[in-house]
Amino acid sequence: MQFKSRALSSVIEWGSLLLSTGLVCFFLVVVIWEIASKGASVLSWEFLFAVPSEGMTQGGILTPIIGTVVLTLITALFAIPFGVCCAIYLHEYAEDNWLTRTIRASIRNLSGVPSIIYGLFGLALFVQAMEFGTSLLAAGLTLGLLSLPYIITTTEEALMRIPNSTREAALAVGATKFETIKDVVIPSAMSGILTGVVLTLSRAAGETAPILFTGAAFYINGSTGYINQEFMALPYHLYMLSTQHQSIDEVRPIAYGTALVLVIVVFLLNLTAFYIRYKYRKNEV
Amino acid sequence: MKSKLSAENLSISFGTKQVLKQINVSFQENEITALIGPSGCGKSTLLRSFNRMHDLSPDAKIEGAIKLEDLDLYSKAVPVTEIRKRIGMVFQKANPFPKSIYDNIAYGLRINNLPHDKSVIEKALREAFLWEEVKNDLKMPATRLSGGQQQRLCIARAVALRPEVILMDEPCSALDPVSTLKIEELISHLKTNYTIVIVTHNMQQAQRIADKTVFMYLGEVKEEGPTQQIFQNPHHEMTANYINGQFG
Repeated sequence: MQFKSRALSSVIEWGSLLLSTGLVCFFLVVVIWEIASKGASVLSWEFLFAVPSEGMTQGGILTPIIGTVVLTLITALFAIPFGVCCAIYLHEYAEDNWLTRTIRASIRNLSGVPSIIYGLFGLALFVQAMEFGTSLLAAGLTLGLLSLPYIITTTEEALMRIPNSTREAALAVGATKFETIKDVVIPSAMSGILTGVVLTLSRAAGETAPILFTGAAFYINGSTGYINQEFMALPYHLYMLSTQHQSIDEVRPIAYGTALVLVIVVFLLNLTAFYIRYKYRKNEV
Repeated sequence: MKSKLSAENLSISFGTKQVLKQINVSFQENEITALIGPSGCGKSTLLRSFNRMHDLSPDAKIEGAIKLEDLDLYSKAVPVTEIRKRIGMVFQKANPFPKSIYDNIAYGLRINNLPHDKSVIEKALREAFLWEEVKNDLKMPATRLSGGQQQRLCIARAVALRPEVILMDEPCSALDPVSTLKIEELISHLKTNYTIVIVTHNMQQAQRIADKTVFMYLGEVKEEGPTQQIFQNPHHEMTANYINGQFG
């Protein structure tokens, strides 16, 4: 009797785990199918390389693509050096005391702050106080701020995985602390650092809220990509086409196309991260 | 005989925990000295104090003196990188750099501004009995070597800098018997040029390679002397018990 009830409960446990997994996969497939099937019809080289026209009911999405690319570049240029250096200092140089523990906890908390808050902060700091105006620069720096906690945390975790014996190996042949970090620790941690950076940037590229007040424009006619001017970006373009456009039904295919492009970009970035990890793993123990 | 490396009244504590108490010990030139004793007796702590590895632990407190011939290793005037160039170290677990075999040797030479052309690399690899096995794969990542080969690479890396002393912290504890014998043979060979201090838990190993043996217990040197005497005619009962495997 007892044997039977245990067998039954193990079937129920197994079944509920399987059901949860299935349910998650089901929704994932539905979302991707929905976007892919409705977006595929408009997807073409022309769609990617034509600017929006006729009140955005015609043409492609070149302008928002350029905006997102330049925006992500600014984010990267700002967040990667500061984030990686900060993590190196915190993990390799700073003493472990209440102050550094507080700083570390704060950084982790910052990565949980809603992105709209970063948007408001960027509006106050970059757009108004520093007088960058609503521009690519202000929006890129805002996304940079948003990315910093992620880059710092993932870089620190990558450094943490390097055993002390690796550091001692360099010190024992007469390397200074700086040489040890530069020549041995960073190269060993490179896969982890790069993976964190790429995933963070792919997340930043898809953000809408932080660029809403800091520079994303509804529509830009003509040339784009100047860092002191407003810009169009893929996520905001999608939001706008889906909810704000005067003839929503007419632009629906373009909206789906934009969504598909955005998903593909994020997917490619994740694939890059996966490849980096794979490539470096091969050279590790 | 001239003592190459010595500790005088050396005490080391980490925070409130005293690990070494008033150690007086000296190592002779071109000899292999084995440090033996149960786990936690302070062998590794003593070994690591000779190339100032404790500089990394902010709570380490070191009293007494350590001398390389007449040079005070803990005097402020001596740069720690210079000391580590003259006193090399091989660790318990092989820790090659994430670089090619060639660069593993060249790295230490390069940062110390020593010549690092191919002949120097070859000489170091030959000295570590590794050349024949790797001469065609010098560009291969060092991590692809077997454990025993990696450890010999680490020895080659230490040897390449032409140190005066080589410290070895249980260099064979992670290796199989065949690799272990190869490394022991290598160590015996190296003593013609270097002074070697080796920490080991393997009593047979100490007897096979060491000229002198130092027995430590609870942070003190209990007995030291020629290896033969320590193993065949120990003066202390504790030493006898330890080498016969009755504790530790």
